[in-house]
Amino acid sequence: MSEPLLRIRGVRKQYGSRLVLRSIDLDVAEHQVVCLIGGSGSGKSTLLRCVDLLEVVDDGTVHLGESELTDPRLDANLARRRIGIVFQAYNLFPHLSVLDNITLAPRRVHGVPRRQAEASALELLDRLGLADKAQDHPDRLSGGQQQRAAIARALATEPDLLLFDEITSALDPELVGEVLDVVADLKQRGLTILMATHEMGFARQVADQVCFLEDGVILEQGTAEQVLTAPRQQATQRFLSRVLDHS
Amino acid sequence: MDFTTQAAPPDEDYRPSARERERERFRRSRRRRNTWIAALCTLFCLLALGAAAVASPGWERVHSLFLNGAEFRSTLPEILRGFWLNVQMFLIAEVLILGLGLLIALVRVTRAPGLQPLRLAATVYVDVFRGVPTLLLVFLIGFGLPALRLQGTPTQPWVLGVIALVLSYAAYVGEVLRAGLNSVHPAQRNAARALGLNERQTLRHVVLPQAVRNVLPPLLNDFIALQKDTALVAVLGPLEALRAAQIKADYDFNYTPYLGAALLFIAVTIPLTRFADRLQRRAAQRTWAEAGR
Repeated sequence: MSEPLLRIRGVRKQYGSRLVLRSIDLDVAEHQVVCLIGGSGSGKSTLLRCVDLLEVVDDGTVHLGESELTDPRLDANLARRRIGIVFQAYNLFPHLSVLDNITLAPRRVHGVPRRQAEASALELLDRLGLADKAQDHPDRLSGGQQQRAAIARALATEPDLLLFDEITSALDPELVGEVLDVVADLKQRGLTILMATHEMGFARQVADQVCFLEDGVILEQGTAEQVLTAPRQQATQRFLSRVLDHS
Repeated sequence: MDFTTQAAPPDEDYRPSARERERERFRRSRRRRNTWIAALCTLFCLLALGAAAVASPGWERVHSLFLNGAEFRSTLPEILRGFWLNVQMFLIAEVLILGLGLLIALVRVTRAPGLQPLRLAATVYVDVFRGVPTLLLVFLIGFGLPALRLQGTPTQPWVLGVIALVLSYAAYVGEVLRAGLNSVHPAQRNAARALGLNERQTLRHVVLPQAVRNVLPPLLNDFIALQKDTALVAVLGPLEALRAAQIKADYDFNYTPYLGAALLFIAVTIPLTRFADRLQRRAAQRTWAEAGR
């Protein structure tokens, strides 16, 4: 078997005196969906931000394919072109239409001509059920629509790896489904996804691997079945009973 | 995939109920009444002010010295010719100020190590030129620059005046734009960087457009102030509106020419303000769902 696409080794991150990630080891193979679960503040988002170079790690390494992302000599802009990220708060550009949001990176970073970039963007929007929203500005869209537009923006550059940072946490319950359907569809198409999520039912359905984070380490890791149905660690059991009691 | 759409289907046979029609009639009559009240109150205030002015003991003198119709008509063409110079100075200064101000703001917000000397220079520049009164700056540049007798320095008073205005206003505009650049949420910058845009592209396509929108009102405020301050150049002697009015006033012992000059400035600033308001409202409506109609 070839080497995993994303390899995280001994990653440590602290803000001031607060240690968020103690030592994280994690592999994400190509075409896999890996879900990070854990309580608020357990470091799920921080780990994703470290992978996308939005945060500088304090120790350890992150490799994407051949290149080491944590090497300060690496051109961060080049590395980021291979990674797409979707944020909890969408973070669409409010001054641009949905279409311009999506075509910005392909046109400016990858040099795709406008006509071609817009054609593929419209195709993408059509697939995500947003074809009629292309000319609207993000603020006119519902939360679920905005998050699907943000996913389209991340997909437009055809990244090797997608990072989803609790992308349904800001959504009304009835809108969560439409976004998760998109993610399931992406898995069908063979994309590689690392996502932080609170949706245990969804993780059970689509994740190839589930990791439970606590105290800055991955406390338990395995298939969705293993971790979510028969957790070995007490902390995992406690977490799951807390989360599942309310859903 | 199938996604639900939120919009309800249109229904052509909907007719407003009697209750709704009655409510609409009431709202209409209420609006009519409000318009009448507003108009009557305004008219009353204007009449009261006018009566008070006419009834004042000095009214005769004021009327002949400040509101002299014949004087107004005979001097206005001359002042208008002068005012054309104000407009030209304003337009030229405006473009230069935007360029210089933007440069200063960008230098001050970037962190490239090679730009450190420029960053320092920009900070000193803003500190100095924002601290010096504009009129003083007009004097200093207007009389000081030609005195240096450097090769190629302009000697026309209006050019020197424009230089002084640009130096003064670029410091203000630079600070306004810098505040705008800092007002854009850091998550926007991160989202752009995450897409692979480099720092220059992020600034150009994501941060700057939002920054300019955020500071449009103070920016236009500065430009309206600039339009008025072109009159300060009068102290250097070019025949702009204020200088032309001054000459006429001194010659005829009548202040009406000043009033003519004032009216010309207002005639430009008021439409400018309305135009700016409209631009801004349209941008807000396009961007924000709750900006209203």
